[in-house]
Amino acid sequence: MSTELDPLTGGATVSPAPGAAATVAEQTKADAPPPRPKHRLYRVLFRGPLALRGRGLVIAIPYLWLLLFFLTPFAIVLKISFAEFMVGVPPYTPLVEWVDDTYLKITLAFSGYKYLLEDSMYVNAYLGSLRIAATATVLCLLLGYPMAYGIARSSPSTRNVLLLLVVLPFWTSFLIRVYAWIGILKNNGLLNNALMGLGIINEPIEMLNTEFAIYIGIVYSYLPFMILPLYTTLEKLDGSLLEAAMDLGCRPWKAFLKVTLPLSMPGIVAGCMLVFIPSVGEFVIPDLLGGASTLMIGKVMWNEFFQNRDWPTASAVAIAMLILLVLPIVGFQRYQLVQEEKAREGSK
Amino acid sequence: MSQFARNLQDQVARAEKGGSIPTDTPRSIIQIQNVTRKFGDFVAVNDVSLTIYEGELFSLLGGSGCGKTTLLRMLAGFETPSSGRILIDGQDMTHIPPFERPVNMMFQSYALFPHMTVEQNVAFGLKQDGMPSAEVKKRVAEMLDIVELSALGKRKPHQLSGGQRQRVALVRALAKRPKVLLLDEPLGALDKKLRERTQLELVNIQESLGVTFVVVTHDQEEAMTMSCRVAIMNQGRILQVDTPHAMYEYPNTRFVAEFFGSVNMFEGILVEDEADHVVIDCPELSRPIYVSHGVSGREGGTAYAAIRPEKVALSKEEPADTSRNCSTGVVQDIVYLGGESTYLVKLDSGRVVRVSLQNAYRAAEPEITWDDRVWISWQPSNVVVVSS
Ligand SMILES: Nc1ncnc2c1ncn2[C@@H]1O[C@H](COP(=O)(O)OP(=O)(O)O)[C@@H](O)[C@H]1O
Ligand SMILES: [Mg+2]
Repeated sequence: MSTELDPLTGGATVSPAPGAAATVAEQTKADAPPPRPKHRLYRVLFRGPLALRGRGLVIAIPYLWLLLFFLTPFAIVLKISFAEFMVGVPPYTPLVEWVDDTYLKITLAFSGYKYLLEDSMYVNAYLGSLRIAATATVLCLLLGYPMAYGIARSSPSTRNVLLLLVVLPFWTSFLIRVYAWIGILKNNGLLNNALMGLGIINEPIEMLNTEFAIYIGIVYSYLPFMILPLYTTLEKLDGSLLEAAMDLGCRPWKAFLKVTLPLSMPGIVAGCMLVFIPSVGEFVIPDLLGGASTLMIGKVMWNEFFQNRDWPTASAVAIAMLILLVLPIVGFQRYQLVQEEKAREGSK
Repeated sequence: MSQFARNLQDQVARAEKGGSIPTDTPRSIIQIQNVTRKFGDFVAVNDVSLTIYEGELFSLLGGSGCGKTTLLRMLAGFETPSSGRILIDGQDMTHIPPFERPVNMMFQSYALFPHMTVEQNVAFGLKQDGMPSAEVKKRVAEMLDIVELSALGKRKPHQLSGGQRQRVALVRALAKRPKVLLLDEPLGALDKKLRERTQLELVNIQESLGVTFVVVTHDQEEAMTMSCRVAIMNQGRILQVDTPHAMYEYPNTRFVAEFFGSVNMFEGILVEDEADHVVIDCPELSRPIYVSHGVSGREGGTAYAAIRPEKVALSKEEPADTSRNCSTGVVQDIVYLGGESTYLVKLDSGRVVRVSLQNAYRAAEPEITWDDRVWISWQPSNVVVVSS
């Protein structure tokens, strides 16, 4: 607006007297060429207290990525969750509004969240999701641990083949693989026909559209995410530790409990997180295999969004789920940090 | 070496010869009988028979890959012999699993449990035996005291230095008071200075606890410093079992002579073979080698004469008897080692002979120096004739 606000263009203060300029020029010529003036953005980014250098630069890129593609959508969802349903485009009330060109009106509607608490369906869906995800995680662990152990203990050449087999399903689309289970599980599907053909059963067993089918789907789909982190910790395990345990009097089973199991804890935790977290919000598997009666939060959210077109409630469901999942993780990490601190203190 | 070890050595020597003073005959604690271990077609341990006595510090010495670890692992129970038997304290243990054997092992990598503190590591074996916890506590404190680690009991292994870890591994294996402690390269991961100090510590602990130690090592000096007796292995076989002294002075094969200390080996023809002396004609030497002990060789056959570098005399003057056991050459190089110097003398035949001389005086100039023409000579009793 005014020239006062632009100090850099104040010519008289920048340029020194002609005589002085000559002496400065002579001096610098003797030492080194004068540094080229850098762009201002360059100075902010690479010089001064907020400079990005080395490690900072490397870390900044993924953070920028997360900021852009994770936090921004999250902020949008958070905003919508505080709106109210409305017929129109977009189908929710605005959060910030100018009224009469005078007032800035911020409307925070809690109807979506209130709805979650009032209607027991939502609470039940949350609890159902947690229960199914937890059970499936335990099943994955029980199945995955021996598999990972077996792979880690096999010879290097067999090991590569077995690992390849574990990740092989990823070459086919997740959706198609879940669809395939319909063909296996339905009443006149592969499994029922085989069992009836063998004379084991007379009537087809109702498997599709049951919780059993959901477990099959989740365990089948997420097993690799359990096996791989378990495998990496088990593979690193020093075999001489087990020998030492046996040398000191442990039977093999006891050595496993005292040495292998505690040392593979990081793999167990990582695997369980990788299975549990996406399972809670899983939509495709309960929708395709679980039938209409399944109450899982992912499905409820889908219904709110696409059938009821109630974006605020759907967003509130999503935010509540996030909080429900993030809080335990943060708590767990705090706990781990505290344990580490304790260990360090103990050593002093 | 302590008096204790010296006495034990004598007793063992008598027992090995079938000596028969019943009162101080040492008790054998490990008997390895014709043990062979094959991996596929590869024979890692080949028909080994060995007796180890109670209270001994016994070393298995050999180059890398000669089968020492495999033999030790068979004693611990981690490998089963393809054939042969292993008796521990008189009982056949060939097929007994490790957790039921009265021996413990200290691993080359130490194998300390990373998720347990030092105390928990040491207590581990005791708890497996169902020892009451008050007693466990007492024993752990006792063991940590031995290696002066009482202050570090609450630390995890990764918070210890290499030397401290080594000591934790040692007392963890000793805590159960095993009849025999098996140690696989116990000092292999330590630097030279620490290793030398720890050798003596290890011997002290061994003697004060009276536990039999079987130590695997590839370091000849280490075996010599610590052991009551040493077995030298090569390609899965045991070549010689003896006290370090006997091993050095009376090696029975060329391999042992060359492996156990440095040596000048001369190949020649056995020209005279009498009961009290032999004469070997060696083309690399200008005079024949006269040895003042008989050997079971064949006249006219090939023989090897071993002479240790420190048993060779070096002088500028001609020795009294120039008809045998001497040669002339030129000093090619002098390697100064502090306490002694090694002279490399190039004989007229081109052969280089190592001669060690003590640097007993701090004289400014050595008497013999580079490019001097010298005589080397040795006593007839200082030559050992070995088989190939
Ligand atoms: N489990 C095994 N399978 C195949 N070969 C082995 C096995 N263990 C040891 N060997 C072989 O046996 C030989 C002796 O090994 P080892 O006893 O470890 O030697 P070292 O004397 O260096 O301790 C080596 O050549 C090694 O490759
Ligand atoms: Mg070895």
